[in-house]
Amino acid sequence: MILGLIEHDRGTLNPQSLEMLTLARELAAAGDGPLHVLLVGGEAEGLAADLAPYGPAVVHLARHEALVDYAPAAWAQALVDLIAAEKPAAVLAPGSDRGSEVMAHAAARLNLPMAANCTAVTPGEAYRLTRVRWGGSLLEEAWLRGDPKLLTVAPFVLPDDPAPEPGAAVVRPFTPALSEADLLVRVVDRVQPAGDKVSLTEAKVVVSGGRGVGSAEGFDVLGELADLLGGAVGGSRVATNFGWCTHANQIGQTGTRIAPDLYIACGISGAIQHWVGCKGAKQILAVNTDPEAPMVTRATYAVIGDLHEILPALIAEIRRVRPGG
Amino acid sequence: MKILVCLKRVPTTGARILLTADEQEIDTRNLGFAMSPHEECAVEAGVQLIEQHGGSLTVLTLGPEEAVEQLRYALAMGADDAILLAASGDVDPMATAGAITAAIRERGGGENPFDLLLFGNEAADSGGYQVGIRVAHALGLPCVTGVKRLDVTADGLEVRREAGTGWEVYRVPLPAVITIREGINLPRYPSVPGRLRAKKKPVETVEPHLVGGGPEKIRLVNPPEQDHAVQILGQGPAAVPRIVELLQELRLL
Ligand SMILES: Cc1cc2nc3c(=O)[nH]c(=O)nc-3n(C[C@H](O)[C@H](O)[C@H](O)COP(=O)(O)OP(=O)(O)OC[C@H]3O[C@@H](n4cnc5c(N)ncnc54)[C@H](O)[C@@H]3O)c2cc1C
Ligand SMILES: Nc1ncnc2c1ncn2[C@@H]1O[C@H](COP(=O)(O)O)[C@@H](O)[C@H]1O
Repeated sequence: MILGLIEHDRGTLNPQSLEMLTLARELAAAGDGPLHVLLVGGEAEGLAADLAPYGPAVVHLARHEALVDYAPAAWAQALVDLIAAEKPAAVLAPGSDRGSEVMAHAAARLNLPMAANCTAVTPGEAYRLTRVRWGGSLLEEAWLRGDPKLLTVAPFVLPDDPAPEPGAAVVRPFTPALSEADLLVRVVDRVQPAGDKVSLTEAKVVVSGGRGVGSAEGFDVLGELADLLGGAVGGSRVATNFGWCTHANQIGQTGTRIAPDLYIACGISGAIQHWVGCKGAKQILAVNTDPEAPMVTRATYAVIGDLHEILPALIAEIRRVRPGG
Repeated sequence: MKILVCLKRVPTTGARILLTADEQEIDTRNLGFAMSPHEECAVEAGVQLIEQHGGSLTVLTLGPEEAVEQLRYALAMGADDAILLAASGDVDPMATAGAITAAIRERGGGENPFDLLLFGNEAADSGGYQVGIRVAHALGLPCVTGVKRLDVTADGLEVRREAGTGWEVYRVPLPAVITIREGINLPRYPSVPGRLRAKKKPVETVEPHLVGGGPEKIRLVNPPEQDHAVQILGQGPAAVPRIVELLQELRLL
């Protein structure tokens, strides 16, 4: 049996779970089937029907009176209990914040290896897998052993399509044996900032700046252009480190990954740790003095020159041509 | 407060990663090295905590002899002493966690002597997403991962992590393990006096006992790159009309 941990927040599915199920189905079809999934928390029960098109024969539902909101160690203990009862060949979770940490807790409890952010698996006695390193700039091929094999699936790599045949998705509730320690760490509150700005991950256009922007004032110009285009402002780690923009704007391996329709990279060289954050953009326009900069050679379009001359001229031209500008 | 930060030395790669001929490592001959970014923020968080609440900060790395450079850097930022677990090559996360746990116990005569153990959410190079959690489990400590805000309260810590566009709040008693994400703070640059003081601070070198578990690396591979040609719209402000055309084509204007 192949077991997939479904990530949800108080009953709302994290869609990365569906990408995970794509790989889980592959492993099940290759001979380790059937496919089962685990939902932790009574409030997730409604998801069972939504998951049926993705192929699970059984949906295990871990219910416990003390399990009200997300608690990583408790989720892991539910997973460990289910593993003991059902003896799956492999357990998969999405490589999201929650999926990764629950899997690591389970791996620690079982004293088994865990492979994070896998993109492909060849099943066998040991799994030969491909996993992501350096936030996506490098791949590693590795052997994974263990009974069961524990792995997470790299986000945004695999499709999230339904199964060729829906699963029966028979719901099987169980009560995990949770200790007080398992429930010590849990979400006790949520804070939602009142923001009116377009969010970086949802913006259609991101106007981004790096060392070439030179100052916080330079970022005001980027902000002006972003506002005109209804987009958001991004930055490189150099810009963040200088305090020209906040870390919340940082694009890249240790910042945010984005996939806008257009990414305008101003004065950014295109280091690989930055590139992994913006390569999902449909089109990239680089503005750079250096025609050899990797951001320029990898972009869809480029303008060679000083951003301090080009951006103000662009802003003026947009104001001129735009109706009611 | 007695604090430990575990940090990893990683190469600062440029626009392309070159591999060694045997595909086992990154070719670092022309590269510099740094602390993995999440951990640099963890050191900064640790320094701020002892500045505000008193106590001491120990930094630890498992890596080659040269990793003493990153320990010195952390000492220059304000840590008090350092532990180097000398090991070469890629050490898997289970072996790393085991060696770190043993070193922590060794420090406390068999028990964990620290109130707070800080890790990065994931190491920048290998991205295992697990060492902090494994150490927490081995020591029987609570653990919150991915933390981008940390406040000391009367009975422990209140920490936050990002969730969608908002924050999740967690409260934990001490001792605890917290894994940090870049963005929690802006790490300081060590001052010149800081660097001088760092030279005199103690660094203890230990030969760790490494018990591996996997995953077992076969080889590293560069992701395939689509070859394509960039379309140059022009030079300088003269290109502005072409940019506007493009924006109109993409229906952004
Ligand atoms: C583990 C790790 C994680 C990292 N994570 C991230 C991350 O998440 N995000 C990130 O961005 N970086 C990250 N980095 C840093 C990354 O390696 C680079 O150092 C950084 O992206 C470089 O920023 P930059 O392009 O702004 O600066 P530079 O590399 O200095 O490039 C500046 C560019 O601006 C151009 N320029 C200069 N003046 C002008 C002008 N007047 N007009 C037009 N162009 C001009 C130059 O030609 C050059 O191409 C990480 C590094 C490591 C080691
Ligand atoms: N070799 C190492 N030396 C010291 N700390 C490490 C080492 N490897 C990992 N860590 C710590 O564990 C965290 C998670 O690592 P990982 O599970 O490998 O992604 C890192 O951010 C570090 O804080």
